[in-house]
Amino acid sequence: MLQETGTEWLSQEVKTGTTIIAVEFDGGVVLGSDSRVSAGASVVNRVMNKLSPLHDKIYCALSGSAADAQTIAEVVHYQLDVHSIEIDEDPQVRSAATLVRNISYKYKEELSAHLIVAGWDRRDGGQVFATLSGLLTRQPFAVGGSGSSYVYGFVDAEFRRGMSKEECQQFVVNTLSLAINRDGSSGGVAYIVSIDEHGTEEKVVLGNDLPTFFDQ
Amino acid sequence: MEKRSVDSRVRGVSTGTTILAATFDGGVVIGSDSRASIGGEYVSSKTINKVVQVHDQIFCCMAGSLADAQAVTKAAKFHLSFHSVQMETPPLVIAAASVLQELCYNNKEELQAGFITAGWDRKKGPQVYVVPLGGMLVGQPVTIGGSGSTYIYGYVDAKYKPNMSREECLQFATNALALAMGRDNVSGGVAHLVVITETGVEHVVVPGNKLPKFHNE
Repeated sequence: MLQETGTEWLSQEVKTGTTIIAVEFDGGVVLGSDSRVSAGASVVNRVMNKLSPLHDKIYCALSGSAADAQTIAEVVHYQLDVHSIEIDEDPQVRSAATLVRNISYKYKEELSAHLIVAGWDRRDGGQVFATLSGLLTRQPFAVGGSGSSYVYGFVDAEFRRGMSKEECQQFVVNTLSLAINRDGSSGGVAYIVSIDEHGTEEKVVLGNDLPTFFDQ
Repeated sequence: MEKRSVDSRVRGVSTGTTILAATFDGGVVIGSDSRASIGGEYVSSKTINKVVQVHDQIFCCMAGSLADAQAVTKAAKFHLSFHSVQMETPPLVIAAASVLQELCYNNKEELQAGFITAGWDRKKGPQVYVVPLGGMLVGQPVTIGGSGSTYIYGYVDAKYKPNMSREECLQFATNALALAMGRDNVSGGVAHLVVITETGVEHVVVPGNKLPKFHNE
């Protein structure tokens, strides 16, 4: 059996079939993602960090085609670096999101990646932007990836404005855990990044430490 | 729910609906939305009842093709009433589910309908069974189905607890339907709920404007 199905994964596109989420709280944002990268039915990386830094206090969450998403993130990271030198201060989250949106829109036929951009800046505090298909919209929270379908109901019910940072982190971990349980393309560990005016904190929640629910 | 149109654009196999059933301490709640659509573009009925009574204390919810679902439930009702006359006792919930399963399995090539069966019987109390498309039969404490169910898997996993009270379960079911209707464009209208316990059956209809609202509305 191993010989017959051994090499299909070499020729299938590598996708981050995934669950990503970003939530705004009073004073910052929390981003979260799972860690599974699949090529067809094979998991080619079970520990990938899909939360990619665009700047000190601006991160993006990757979903869709792994190559496309990573490339967009790298290009925008470079463009933001140049921009922040030009304006001689830290860039705004909206600027980062606009740069991502510009690439997503211009190349929308060739690319298939959806990035959620979130961060903190001095002017508007914590912000979350969705850039799906080349639109740009600020939202209190955003979910994306294949696993997000299963948790729309949960996030609609449970999100409240004005949560604290800890409540937000718990909300993100719960959401990721529920999505991982239902979506075959999401799994592994949960990466959490919390950004506020004091700094950026990266955290990993291992698989067996994720919250469990009534049927587990 | 979709009426089969000429080009039969049936989206996947669970179409245009949200159905669910959940057991609580002493009974079950079974419920659905009320929208019937053609191809997801036209709402052909805003108030269709997808919860069908197949016996005194056994109800079914259907998902998939409206025509198939109605034909199958009609046949199931007949089989069940005949069965209960022969046995001289009300049928078991699993008997109702098995009747549906046989019909779905033996006609699996032609049919596109899935069912949730819920009810109360003297032997095992409140039960929920699901018969999805291929015709398997599984008993679960809580189950959801239809296109809108995708969006509430997370909510149901997080919020369902075994042995809730009747009010908690009713609120849970109403919330779940409201959330699914809020995200799925082919589910909507009112929420039809039926509460089945040892003592009897109660219909609860929650009109659209009385459904719980969540932060984004």
